[in-house]
Amino acid sequence: MILTALIALGSLTILLAIMLVIANKKLYVYEDPRIDKVEDMLPHANCGACGFPGCRPFAEGLVQGTVLPGKCTVSSDEARQQIASYLGVSLGSEEKMVARLACAGGKNVARNRAHYDGLDTCTAAALVSGGGKGCFWGCLGKGDCEVVCDFDAITMDENSLPVVNPDKCTACGDCVEVCPKDLFSLQPISRRLWVACKSLDAGDEVLEDCEVGCTACGKCAMDGGPLISMINNLPRINYSLNHATEVPIQRCPTGAIVWLEDNGSKRKGVESKKVLRKSDKEMGWS
Amino acid sequence: MGLISFSKRTFKHGVHPPENKQGTAGSAIRQFAFAPEIILPVVQHLGAPSEIVVREKQEVVRGQLLAKASGYVSVPLHSPVSGVVHKIGNVPILSGKMVPGLHIRPFPASGQEAIEGEPIDVESATAEEILQGIQDAGIVGLGGAAFPTHVKLKVPDGKECKTLMLNGIECEPFLTTDHRVMLEQESDIMLGIRYLMKATGAPKAIIGIEANKKDAAIHLSKHIPKDLPVTIQVVPVKYPQGSEKMLITSVLGIEVPSGGLPIDVGVVVINIATAAEIGRLLPYGRGIQERVITITGPGVIDKGNYLMPVGTPLRFALEKVGIKGSIREVYMGGPMMGMAVSNLDISITKGTSGVVVFTEKDVKQNQKIFPCINCGACVDACPIFLNPSKLGILAKAEAYDEMEAQHHLMDCFECGSCSYVCPSNIPLVQQFRLSKGIVRKRKASQKVA
Repeated sequence: MILTALIALGSLTILLAIMLVIANKKLYVYEDPRIDKVEDMLPHANCGACGFPGCRPFAEGLVQGTVLPGKCTVSSDEARQQIASYLGVSLGSEEKMVARLACAGGKNVARNRAHYDGLDTCTAAALVSGGGKGCFWGCLGKGDCEVVCDFDAITMDENSLPVVNPDKCTACGDCVEVCPKDLFSLQPISRRLWVACKSLDAGDEVLEDCEVGCTACGKCAMDGGPLISMINNLPRINYSLNHATEVPIQRCPTGAIVWLEDNGSKRKGVESKKVLRKSDKEMGWS
Repeated sequence: MGLISFSKRTFKHGVHPPENKQGTAGSAIRQFAFAPEIILPVVQHLGAPSEIVVREKQEVVRGQLLAKASGYVSVPLHSPVSGVVHKIGNVPILSGKMVPGLHIRPFPASGQEAIEGEPIDVESATAEEILQGIQDAGIVGLGGAAFPTHVKLKVPDGKECKTLMLNGIECEPFLTTDHRVMLEQESDIMLGIRYLMKATGAPKAIIGIEANKKDAAIHLSKHIPKDLPVTIQVVPVKYPQGSEKMLITSVLGIEVPSGGLPIDVGVVVINIATAAEIGRLLPYGRGIQERVITITGPGVIDKGNYLMPVGTPLRFALEKVGIKGSIREVYMGGPMMGMAVSNLDISITKGTSGVVVFTEKDVKQNQKIFPCINCGACVDACPIFLNPSKLGILAKAEAYDEMEAQHHLMDCFECGSCSYVCPSNIPLVQQFRLSKGIVRKRKASQKVA
């Protein structure tokens, strides 16, 4: 009895094994072994920042020579260099991009118009007539970006404002996509001059809702010359000119235009009003 | 068959929220004062924003064109007052966005006479001329969605409108706008129906009214002209009967297919106040300047139905009617489908059917959300037979594609019956609104790619 079973199953095993061997030989598709090697050198984050669906298609692109290793913003410099020397291609100079937030209105400086009570995400709050924040353009502070970031680069500070860690940020663009107020954008890391406000209002209307908003006074545009122009009540910086100057931030009364330091923190101008309040700004109707 | 019939037939499922209409149902429509500054956003309808055609500091008269339609799915905007355009800039709207808009300061001593345009005669005009006239008058659905009426009335090629349905249901609690319009503007309604029947080519019209407005039904039935094939059907009270698909099921007993429009079953549904507006404006070629709004709720002193100029700031309206107690929530539209207001500086638009104010003690605060206990109350409430419980679980898991592909998420019209009955306080309808937005965004990005 056992013998019959052994013979039957044994012969079946051998038969199938032979079929597999033949199939492996006949149907073999040649794949460049370098793709596996290159893929191993990539970070396996599958973030899509390179424009490919994931790390494997990017590795295929690298081996075919359609892209250069510099396109992967997540890898360290050494890893990129390693791939470049392995494939014998140039590194490709892509400047590191980071996500920058165009809002500084934390809850200590920006007031809420109405109290929002519902699902605790920015996207949900934005659907209920804008979410209750005084400023229509401002950060709602519920941290959708912190949740969506795969690299732990975004943390919410004590005033419910996201802070991007430039070392960890890989410019994958998830936060840009998730923010219902479109406050994030990807910027080359060398851009230090930055307008941390998106309010299209001007003057007292801004100050009513937020102490650090841009009031469209235009002082930065006067000091910056052709570097800065006022468009729709907001300064627009022409980054194609030499923008390595701190002059335009110095006279900003609210500190809406800032100089970004290496660690991602902001430095305001000398004449900017200091914000000392630690507690939440009171709600108001006005 | 008489002109008026009382039926027991209604759609399946649905809920019975407290009606709370007694506060304003008996009060006649009153003219509201002109605000010192009228704020008019150019987005008062669904579709493309209107294009502003006036300048700052320009004097305008009541009824003058301020912004012209920028496409087919768009309507023009007329000045609700004689005054001066004080400023053109960004103004807030209900959805929480800033859109271009006009600030108009009325002349205090003006007689506020409205100018007239080219009249459209109901007998001699063709269907196209009537549709064009409706667009030129800036008419949108006054029930709340503010969809341009001429687009809705346009019967697509190959389809036929067999029935024109007038929606006098007003199932939303608190609101009595349509009720008062039916009681007081009967001749405008009948004239409007003539225009609408001609525009759609419908051989007959049915006015659907809920049983809590029998007085309006009887009043209207007395004023139906002999040569007009209009009947009135009174249906039992239930929410959300005012949704056009539910109304068709209740009155005609037929169901609109999933993803389809009423015209797929040969019906065009128009709100009764919209019909009255068409009957009032088209014979004089005027544009829409004011609308009837119910201002009510426990927080309002002088509750009532007001004929209010479009663009009246909400803050001015509330100051004028008076507020008692501390306000907790203000809704535009009704409490079931309306939207909570986050900013009192928005203004009354063409689509605002009512304002409901609740004070601190009317609102249950900080309600805890419990997990779903699979009781099935939402399944029994959903008028279109979705499974809100399952959809809610999927929404929490962010399985939006599955919600759309297998559970018909996009059929949900956000009536809020599921959230209303949920014993665990799960904000189901908010989750669906969010999910629908995400699904729509994904589809749009797929099209681009």
